Amino acid sequence: MVKFDVRNLSVRFGAFNALKGITIRVNANEILAIIGPSNSGKTTFLRTLNRMNELERAAIMSGTVELDGTPINAISAEALRKRVGMVFALPLPLPLSIFDNAAYGIRMHGGKSKQAVREAVEKALKQAYIWDEVKDRLGESAFKLSGGQQQRLCIARTLAVEPEVILFDEPCSGLDPISTAAIEEAMLKLKSVYTIVLVTNNVKQAARVGDRTAFFLMGDMVEIDKTDKIFTAPSDKRTGDYIMGKFG
Amino acid sequence: MRKIKEFIIEKLILLCGVASIIFVVLILLFLLNEGLSLFKDIGPYEFVSGKKWYPISEPPQLGILPLICGSLLVTLGAAIISIPIGVACAVYIAEVAPSWIKDILKAGIELLAAIPSVVLGFIGMVTLSPLIKSVFNLPTGLTALSGSIMLAFMAMPTIVSIAEDALYAVPKSYKEGAFALGATHWQTIWRVILPAASPGILAAVMLGIGRVIGETMAVMMITGNAAKIPDGFLQPVRTLTATIAAEMGEAVVGSEHYFALFAIGLILFIISFIINLTADLFLHRKERR
Ligand SMILES: Nc1ncnc2c1ncn2[C@@H]1O[C@H](COP(=O)(O)OP(=O)(O)O)[C@@H](O)[C@H]1O
Ligand SMILES: [Mg+2]
Repeated sequence: MVKFDVRNLSVRFGAFNALKGITIRVNANEILAIIGPSNSGKTTFLRTLNRMNELERAAIMSGTVELDGTPINAISAEALRKRVGMVFALPLPLPLSIFDNAAYGIRMHGGKSKQAVREAVEKALKQAYIWDEVKDRLGESAFKLSGGQQQRLCIARTLAVEPEVILFDEPCSGLDPISTAAIEEAMLKLKSVYTIVLVTNNVKQAARVGDRTAFFLMGDMVEIDKTDKIFTAPSDKRTGDYIMGKFG
Repeated sequence: MRKIKEFIIEKLILLCGVASIIFVVLILLFLLNEGLSLFKDIGPYEFVSGKKWYPISEPPQLGILPLICGSLLVTLGAAIISIPIGVACAVYIAEVAPSWIKDILKAGIELLAAIPSVVLGFIGMVTLSPLIKSVFNLPTGLTALSGSIMLAFMAMPTIVSIAEDALYAVPKSYKEGAFALGATHWQTIWRVILPAASPGILAAVMLGIGRVIGETMAVMMITGNAAKIPDGFLQPVRTLTATIAAEMGEAVVGSEHYFALFAIGLILFIISFIINLTADLFLHRKERR
């Protein structure tokens, strides 16, 4: 089943073409990994999917993006972002307690009893593999957590809203290997329920968790295929060169 | 040659720095010396809680409770008016307004800040107080309310510009985090940006109020100057600052009246010291958390 259907998507920032006619389908319950050197438009692509690019005044978009067959512009930005959660490269806890951070989204959308909020928070923290580390200190400031814990808290915050798709933008770029492993494990579990788009600067991470992998270069999508295929027999030479570490 | 020049410049700057500290200390000492002289004649408690201010009767009655009440009332009113409007205006400028409206508003606020307080007081006297007089059907429009409104205009530029800086200083990432969870713009402002900027907004409010408490000319022109304990916003009041300004010229040097005016100065000093201290404590408590 197709979750996101992106056709001929272009994004400009002023005169600069950040994305040049991208066509991609994201299937439900897959992890689609996106790799590519920096400034190739990976973040811009993710931010189009939940309409975060609209916050940049200079951004101009063309092409169509559909979520479950509905153009995303036909859905309100808030409703869309509730269905399409995002985890950023740097962990961004809000200046609140651990519990309040995790509960932030649910409370904002309202309509849940205290008990229901508590249950949703616990479930999300468990899904993000951080429950055991924080269950005794939920009232402490989120800034007291390590970077890896903060990032998992941010994942929990996104999960608690129960989105359908989660966009990860280089979620492990600043993290140690152990936190990275915990996050990857979480992603592999989550894909049974969620659809995941993972932008990563770590080619090996794409190989470990991606069902399919797309390679972006300077605003173009060079190639998209099963991860095994991309890593063993890419059809474009540039893909192979990038994976081998010849540039990037 | 170069070295000598550097040396001289350095020492000159040092001298300026030291001089300014010395001046402040001297001013404080002078204030203490003159102000405390009063308390040889009357007790500090009597001075602060006395309900009658008749400095030129014989013997003079020097109770400044009416003046303290006047200052507090006018300041309170100004705070009630200027804080919500000022903060809302800062939020509008920092978060909502399209850039051309933003430019106009900022220019307007700078202009407001540049108007000397005498001029504001004069404008208030000829426009605001007749209005208040007729709206509330009062014998005089020179009331605490008029003073509060006038002072609110003076506090507003400070509050708006500093609160606006505080709002801009909120990391963009907080905002994006909230948006990414599906927050509306309003929810993001209310639940993320304002709380994150609250120490800076508090500082803005404190500085705005500080300006109001110290303000003299405008309040003297517009509050009616009746040294009587007011029982509402619609009565004339007299503030601590206005009393000093109005009476310093006629007080006989060395008289009780003269020393009492310095003692009022001391009280003002203590009040603003307390305000700054609480603002400071509050800011630091926020930081530590
Ligand atoms: N808000 C913006 N304004 C102008 N240019 C931008 C903006 N965001 C991204 N860009 C440009 O778009 C290009 C792609 O950026 P990005 O999508 O962040 O790449 P990646 O995530 O692959 O590193 C970069 O050259 C970047 O400078
Ligand atoms: Mg990026």
